[in-house]
Amino acid sequence: MATLTNAPALRRKARRERLRTLGFLSPWLVGFTVFFGYPLIATVYFSFMHYNQIEAPTFVGLRNWRYVLEQMPLFGPALWNTLWLVVVMVALRVVFGLGIGLLVTKIKSGVGFFRTAFYLPYLAPPVAATVAFVFLLNPGTGPVNDILGTIGIHAPNWFNDPAWAKPSLVLLSLWGIGDLMVIFMAALLDVPKEQYEAAELDGAGAFHKFRYVTWPSITPIVMFAVVTGVVQTMQYYTQALVAGKLASGVSVGPGTVIQPGYPDHSTLTVPQLVYSLGFQNFNTGAACVLSLVLFAIAMAVTTLLMRKRAGLLSAED
Amino acid sequence: MPRKLAALASVLSAGALLLTGCANPSTGSAEDDPTKPVTLKFWHGWSEKSEVKAIDAGIARFEKLHPNIKVKATGNVTDATVNQALRAGGSDAPDVVSSFTTNNVGQYCSSGMWVDLNPFMRKTGLDKAKVFPKTLLDYTSYEGDQCALPLLADAYGMYYNKDAFAEAGIKRPPRTMSELRRDAVKLTKRTKSGGYQRVGFMPNFRLYQNSPDRLFAQWGPSYFNKDGKARLAKEKAAKEFYATTRELIRSQGGYGPLETFRTSFGDEMSSQNAFLTGKLAMHMDGEWRGLFMKGAKFKWDTAPLPVPDDRPETYGRGYLTGTVVGIAHSSTHQNAAWELVKFLTANTDQVVAFANAIHNVPSTKAALTSPKLDSDPTFRAFLDIAQNRYSTALPPSINGGQYVTSLQDFSYGVEAGKVHDLDAGLRKLDDEIDADNLQAQN
Repeated sequence: MATLTNAPALRRKARRERLRTLGFLSPWLVGFTVFFGYPLIATVYFSFMHYNQIEAPTFVGLRNWRYVLEQMPLFGPALWNTLWLVVVMVALRVVFGLGIGLLVTKIKSGVGFFRTAFYLPYLAPPVAATVAFVFLLNPGTGPVNDILGTIGIHAPNWFNDPAWAKPSLVLLSLWGIGDLMVIFMAALLDVPKEQYEAAELDGAGAFHKFRYVTWPSITPIVMFAVVTGVVQTMQYYTQALVAGKLASGVSVGPGTVIQPGYPDHSTLTVPQLVYSLGFQNFNTGAACVLSLVLFAIAMAVTTLLMRKRAGLLSAED
Repeated sequence: MPRKLAALASVLSAGALLLTGCANPSTGSAEDDPTKPVTLKFWHGWSEKSEVKAIDAGIARFEKLHPNIKVKATGNVTDATVNQALRAGGSDAPDVVSSFTTNNVGQYCSSGMWVDLNPFMRKTGLDKAKVFPKTLLDYTSYEGDQCALPLLADAYGMYYNKDAFAEAGIKRPPRTMSELRRDAVKLTKRTKSGGYQRVGFMPNFRLYQNSPDRLFAQWGPSYFNKDGKARLAKEKAAKEFYATTRELIRSQGGYGPLETFRTSFGDEMSSQNAFLTGKLAMHMDGEWRGLFMKGAKFKWDTAPLPVPDDRPETYGRGYLTGTVVGIAHSSTHQNAAWELVKFLTANTDQVVAFANAIHNVPSTKAALTSPKLDSDPTFRAFLDIAQNRYSTALPPSINGGQYVTSLQDFSYGVEAGKVHDLDAGLRKLDDEIDADNLQAQN
């Protein structure tokens, strides 16, 4: 009987607790709803509409999807370039970042100088760094090809050659590797010293120490670098746009529309195509379709990597 | 359960309303009295000091004639900014807008972003057919909707280095494509290391104003059939045009070396312009280039661009485009805005004064024949091109300049020798243009 008597009070208490929990969660919930939930729902909604951002939207069924997936010739190159950059750029950035991290943790003297030297380029704003790179690698007037020429190397056209444009962007990203270097350096310095001592007592050389001591300890950090690298590269936009625009030499005036992807769409990425469709052609429906495709790929790759990560980590991690 | 369903339905309805609400930018009206005090916001693209001074002088003349209307002008505004501002709406959006390209007029008209000016012309008794040349009226309208008017025009012709011509023993500028190729070869000078000191005529499509549609205009092509479908694969001139440009490239050393030379050029609108620095002997450009040639260290002149060998009667023709001006759909002062548009585009004295000041081609019949117009012969050559009956402009499209972009992309592949089957490539290009246009339709 006592339980029955107290039932309304218990319900009130439970409701209060739920409200309190929701209260504490509300900043995140509001942020999630406003900056993720609503845009996602709006993107799905507009992917089925014809909408030029002037007239009211009209329902067109799957027309936007068919247009993007079957008729739009730039979809294939943009997706290929994005995935190429995801695979090559992320892999090289992780390898290079880890290599530099290892190097600076092993250096005995001048550590501060080397750490600063490798970190500084990361502080350069992306646009400024890209402008400098395009200038340095300009096949007609840049100093890099002149220097290579004097030592007998026939240098490529870098950003002006479709075969070299993406590798040039990768070079640019490797130059600004400072962020990953710092993360890897912290992870490497965190590996327990006694494990190295034990491995040395067992007769392990440098490679075996890295393989059996360093690598298992830093695996979570490597996975973090890969996952965040994939997500960032899926959104790759600024450097590719600026490099293409500058290298093309096309004058930009009030009547000029910048077509991203120079040369021959070799630096066109999906985010650039989304912008071009949505805010240059005002083809909102198709831009939304592209965004959703990119979102789906990013989700799939990230989920795959996270599952892989779960398999690699021990229970303690 | 019904309560939960009702709640879900409410949330979904609210979401749909929210989405639809966000999708409706503000709309303006033409209910205003143009004799009442008002301040108009006018966005334009001019940014050079002399150009801004000239447009400001025009606005001052307008304000003197209309003391009740104040104009707040903002310069150096791109089409992208105009597009986004008019779609976003709001009180800061402009009333009168201009664009340096005619490519987007079809999109401005068909989307209703720029209002139809026909009712304003009827209301104030402006007979557009009597005031403006037909080609210019064509590129400022789309399917009968005159959503823009020409505010000065641009004609494309050839600038040539007279000293280089004399040195090569060439007496006059080329008139046919064969003569162009022959002279270009004679004028090209190589360095000992195999590079270029000077190129006769750089045909590469990424050079400054060398968009493929401009040289293609010398053939007078039809881009669309009467049903609005792309017909470049059926256009015999398309194959001739690409064959000519490929031959121009081949005879002057090939695409790769020319592209490498092109990347060494300075900015188009700077003193490092490749024609101004003597790196090009002949150069396709608009009439405004003359203003930038003041510091040239060589003698130069202008002429129409050459025409195909089998159409010598069309010599004198050229590609026409220009600045266009219109009224924003979101403006709530459309009658006052029309007074400004009418003054800038149809007042002969204003058009002539502005054309002289910024070295552009006037855009009204009366101004084109005005004795007050600049008498510089290098400028007059462009007035002749603008009035030549064979001169053409690009047809407007519902999808704006997207078909020109597609043509450019295709042309980059052709000039680089990557399109091995031109017929199949042109058919694919037509399909792409048609698909894009269909996608743009509501």
